[in-house]
Amino acid sequence: MEFFQAFANMTAASFAQHMANGISLGSLYAMIAIGYTMVYGILLMINFAHGDIVMMACYFAFFGITVFHIPWFMTFIGTIVATALLGVVIERAAYRPLRDAPKNSVLISAIGASFLLENLANYLFSGRPMRFPDIPLLSQNIAVGGGVQIQAICFVIPVITIISLVILLHIVNHTKTGMAMRAVSKDYEIARVMGINIDNVISITFAIGSAMAAIGAIMWGIRYPGITPMLGVMPGLKCFVAAVVGGIGNIKGAVLGGFILGLGEILIVAFFPQLSGYRDAFAFIVLILILYYKPTGLLGETTTEKV
Amino acid sequence: MTMKKRNLLLSIIAVIVLFGVANFVQLEMDAYIRRIVNLCMIYAIIGLSMNITNGFVGQFALGQAGFMAVGAYVVGIFTVPVAMRPGVFYATPMNPAIINIYMPLGVALIVGGLLAALIAFVIGTPVLRLRGDYLAIATLGFSEIIRIVITNASSITNGALGIKNIPPLNDVRIIFLATLITFILITLLINSSYGRAFKAIREDEIAAEAMGIDLFYHKNLAFMISAFFAGIGGGLYGALLGTVDPKNFLFTLTYNFLLIIVLGGMGSITGSMLGAVIVTAGLEYLRVFDEPLELFGMAIPLFRPGFRMVMFSVLLMFCVLFWRKGIMGTEEFTWDKFVNFCKHPLAYFTKKGAHAE
Repeated sequence: MEFFQAFANMTAASFAQHMANGISLGSLYAMIAIGYTMVYGILLMINFAHGDIVMMACYFAFFGITVFHIPWFMTFIGTIVATALLGVVIERAAYRPLRDAPKNSVLISAIGASFLLENLANYLFSGRPMRFPDIPLLSQNIAVGGGVQIQAICFVIPVITIISLVILLHIVNHTKTGMAMRAVSKDYEIARVMGINIDNVISITFAIGSAMAAIGAIMWGIRYPGITPMLGVMPGLKCFVAAVVGGIGNIKGAVLGGFILGLGEILIVAFFPQLSGYRDAFAFIVLILILYYKPTGLLGETTTEKV
Repeated sequence: MTMKKRNLLLSIIAVIVLFGVANFVQLEMDAYIRRIVNLCMIYAIIGLSMNITNGFVGQFALGQAGFMAVGAYVVGIFTVPVAMRPGVFYATPMNPAIINIYMPLGVALIVGGLLAALIAFVIGTPVLRLRGDYLAIATLGFSEIIRIVITNASSITNGALGIKNIPPLNDVRIIFLATLITFILITLLINSSYGRAFKAIREDEIAAEAMGIDLFYHKNLAFMISAFFAGIGGGLYGALLGTVDPKNFLFTLTYNFLLIIVLGGMGSITGSMLGAVIVTAGLEYLRVFDEPLELFGMAIPLFRPGFRMVMFSVLLMFCVLFWRKGIMGTEEFTWDKFVNFCKHPLAYFTKKGAHAE
């Protein structure tokens, strides 16, 4: 009943606004989910720290612009490089020593890395929320008629996401590095026998995943300007869910999952305003449903259990 | 005197001594020390509960904060005296169905534990089909969902305002007894056929299934027992604090217990007890790091709020990276080992394995 009421009350303009919100949120989720899915594809582990890498990227961009007064496009490039480095450093310090350890130890190490980044950010940058600086053009609102305004970045986010995705798919499918990455994710041991330097491939994977996260983080900061040390936690968890929904290990799947979660979250709140308090629960319910009915995800390959 | 009788006697003596210590702390120590001791014991209960699923069954569940919240809220809702309730629920009136139900703390604890176990059963049915990473994320997610539901169900839980005026439980002896009972029950459980089935599942699920162990039944049972004790621990935690608030039960709280069981040894009951004491007391005493420190007239710039938690996470990382077995590994403290150690204290360091039996 309320659904139809909400639907009837919705004008074309407000529907457009919800769609813009949903698509931009979905694109952001997709950007972050790619990092999860790539790492999982190769190491078969959840990089719990990925959400916190997003948070660190937000702070890098924030400090670059407001404290060091570097022009915003230079800052963005610097942020992407610094975040990629951060991802590689985390892999070296926290995951590489445990390459042959039981899976649970790696998981605990990942949780530890995530917790360390949060606490470090809290310690270094203080827990007070900071405001991401306004970027010329991108932060402005554009009127679309009917009294509805949409932030310009909402139009940019999907475009950037698609461009990044095309470049990434090119790297993975048509370059030597990409071939090595696919080989490692297919069979770790055989790839090593074939002369692939596993450690390099894993470092490159973390660098690319973190760079994607940094691009996502910058757009996240422009779209949702309040940044805190805990900023990465919820998006991190949801993006992992997105990666699972799409089929973990599958890059296109991660993007699909990101869009499903982002759009779903926004539209559910738009149509059922009384459910807005439960917004964060949506992703986990989707996770349970997908794992129950299609554990390999929407685009995932079926795998058999090895003894 | 047989070994078994001697060990039982030693255990009884140890319990009496520890109770004496608890009594001493209750009567002679100041409120701050009492609080730390209480917190150590409550964390030990929850650490033990987490060790059942994570250490003994080998299922990586991260839902402890959510189950604690259930226990704490049951205690919060039902032990506040009926007369004080309108003052607590000033923003949203309390649901008339429960406004007149009052429970004493003991009953509320058990009800909280049972409710947590029931929720674990409901959650566990779909979630325990998952493995490793998926299970971790799903349980983490559910722990957040429990918190979200609590935040939104204002007429029952008072929403984000939390529940104040819970009659405080400030008796070290009672919490000591609760910890002791938990310890005994979990020890009995682990030494029973169920405990052996749990360990078999941890070592190799497929082999365990081939031996006729019902994986799903045992995993679900372990998950429910774990939730039950987490609920009791959460209830005690709520009663100790005197207030409950959804913000107390963020999933980062679970990381405390993760550190406890990793430090103490995954799959060791006595290890969890040790870990709980070290982590809780350690975290309290690390508070020095949060205050500005002056050394020889110079302010050390590192010391400011937040440094303690950085140390805490570094410690967790350190344990996982360099000391994966923790203090006890999967071993237990036993009187036989202890007596052996007392008889030949040097042999422990010189000849490894001489006292292995």
